[in-house]
Amino acid sequence: MKITRIEGTALPMRGDDIDTDRIMPARYLRAVTFEGLERYLFEDERAGSAAGDRAGAVHPFDNPAYRGASILLVNRNFGCGSSREHAPQALQRGGIRAIVGESFSEIFFGNSLMIGLPCVTASPGDISELMAQVERRPDVRLSVDLEAGTCETAGVRCAIALPGHARDALVGGTWDTTGMLLARYDEVGLVASRLPYVAGF
Amino acid sequence: MGHTLLQKVWDRHTVRTLPSGQTQIFIGLHLVHEVTSPQAFDALRARGWTVARLDRTFATVDHIIPTRERTRPFLDLMAEEMIAALERNCRDFGVRLAGLDDDRQGIVHVIGAELGLTQPAMTIACGDSHTSTHGAFGAIAFGVGTSQVRDVLASQCLALEPMKVRRIRVTGTLPPGVYAKDVILTIIHRLGVGGGVGYAYEYAGDAVARMSMDERMTVCNMSIEGGARVGYVNPDETTFKYLEGRPFAPSGQAFARAVAWWRSMASDPDARYDDDVEVRAAELTPVVTWGVNPGQSVPVTGRVPGPNGAGGDGRAIADALGYMGLRGGEPIAGTKVDVAFIGSCTNSRLSDLREAARIVRGRRVAPHVTALVVPGSASVKRAAEREGLDEVFRAAGFEWRSAGCSMCLGMNPDKLQGSQVCASSSNRNFKGRQGSPTGRTLLMSPAMVAAAAVAGEVTDVRSMLA
Ligand code: SF4
Repeated sequence: MKITRIEGTALPMRGDDIDTDRIMPARYLRAVTFEGLERYLFEDERAGSAAGDRAGAVHPFDNPAYRGASILLVNRNFGCGSSREHAPQALQRGGIRAIVGESFSEIFFGNSLMIGLPCVTASPGDISELMAQVERRPDVRLSVDLEAGTCETAGVRCAIALPGHARDALVGGTWDTTGMLLARYDEVGLVASRLPYVAGF
Repeated sequence: MGHTLLQKVWDRHTVRTLPSGQTQIFIGLHLVHEVTSPQAFDALRARGWTVARLDRTFATVDHIIPTRERTRPFLDLMAEEMIAALERNCRDFGVRLAGLDDDRQGIVHVIGAELGLTQPAMTIACGDSHTSTHGAFGAIAFGVGTSQVRDVLASQCLALEPMKVRRIRVTGTLPPGVYAKDVILTIIHRLGVGGGVGYAYEYAGDAVARMSMDERMTVCNMSIEGGARVGYVNPDETTFKYLEGRPFAPSGQAFARAVAWWRSMASDPDARYDDDVEVRAAELTPVVTWGVNPGQSVPVTGRVPGPNGAGGDGRAIADALGYMGLRGGEPIAGTKVDVAFIGSCTNSRLSDLREAARIVRGRRVAPHVTALVVPGSASVKRAAEREGLDEVFRAAGFEWRSAGCSMCLGMNPDKLQGSQVCASSSNRNFKGRQGSPTGRTLLMSPAMVAAAAVAGEVTDVRSMLA
């Protein structure tokens, strides 16, 4: 599947170094499916948790104004820590189609790419402006264009960046390794049939 | 010039070069277990895909299952759900499953070998990093993540980068009381836990040639702890003899043809290696880890290093010592242990249990030690019981459990409590690995674990090998 442009409302999640343990607590690694994981996003800091109830402010993921958002706005080094694929999986299942931030952890970036979730960077100034705008008017629509390299809202248009190989993979639709491996499956059968142990010696 | 087994296997299994620059490799055997597969099966479902090669796929349960009380549903509801999911997935997709009550059930790396599923010159993948175990047969076997499990289920292929080959020759004769576990722990100590990144390790030399298949599996198992995703031994008469008559091995005329092919796939005598290392067997001693990675080990006669010792990274050593509650400069022998665990895919096969039983026979586990034996498979358990090993262990005060990963990773009820110290025949001494966030692991051979259980502290097994 080619991913070139993502449009929708946004959810600002402020803070540097948000690690994958915060995004998806370790206890959910024992679950059998990524399905439904979106329910536990940031669970230990949202309403109902000890820390969340102490916080005094509404957690962005609890805020009804951001419900239905498809673009996540973040700050620096988002997704650091453990390599769990559960974190991007949960965000994607929660409706997030693109993440725009100042920077990302390498593993989180790679895991996201594997599932077709683009993580693009913008300057700290642009991120701060985008976040401020969305906080003022949560219904404002953003458009992230991977080909043009831009992120636009009613009032702001800024440049976004993403490494060339990731851009090519998303725009060209080759981010999906399974798809690539299946593309010429007849050749797989041929290689297999020439192996003595597959042929039964 | 000749080729290594790795090159030959790689070439025979190459489908094509992918647009990403990686090589598409056909996977000859895919082993599946409950923990890393459910999301992969779901991904297939979501896209309406089937399992590409049911004839090359085999599943079992090992990681999360209890080893004591096995009545269903399990008390641990998440474990119950995970096992039920694998059963459902295998049923829906048609995958062969050696389930909880199957007499072939066991740790995935133990049963692959004993069923004859694992064969020389195959490519093998499994969603577990200790898949390198199967390299003992001259297979090229690697651990993969969940997304790659999905890739193999759907396409029977992986997208891989080429590897270099380092030959490690173990020469001479191992002294009594020194086991395959000591060989691999020493190799990891010398070459480092990251020393094998980018390499496949080929284990060779006369000491390896004399090893049984069980011993070779112990060595290959821990390749990944040295950073090498793949480790292998060239197939030889020992390999062929082990395989003959196994349920999934070829039989009759086909077996003779198979042997000829397997032989042809071994590394040529004039093969070129990217690196070559020699380890002298006669110099080796029983080894114990003192730290929080498998490279942090000392001979059982040695002392725990201090943060200011030569050649070490002081901060890392201080941190490890703090976690382990050990003081630099102290002898490792005499370290008190609370738990003794004999099990895991590294050391839970029949020969391991026999060696441990030799130490335990006629002795008693120290009163303050909790000791358990968890056989690697249902078949190992039966064979051990036929020899009366269960009685030897029970009489000494060990618990005798059913097959599974158990306290190797503490995903089931078998966990360390608090800061307990565990003498363990498993493969990882990472912080928190055995189920308690502050638990402490000392890796050693199963015979050394048996000795520690009896003495109540780390002890040189050679003193008990009268
Ligand atoms: S015994 Fe331990 S290392 Fe081996 S497969 Fe099980 S969890 Fe992994």
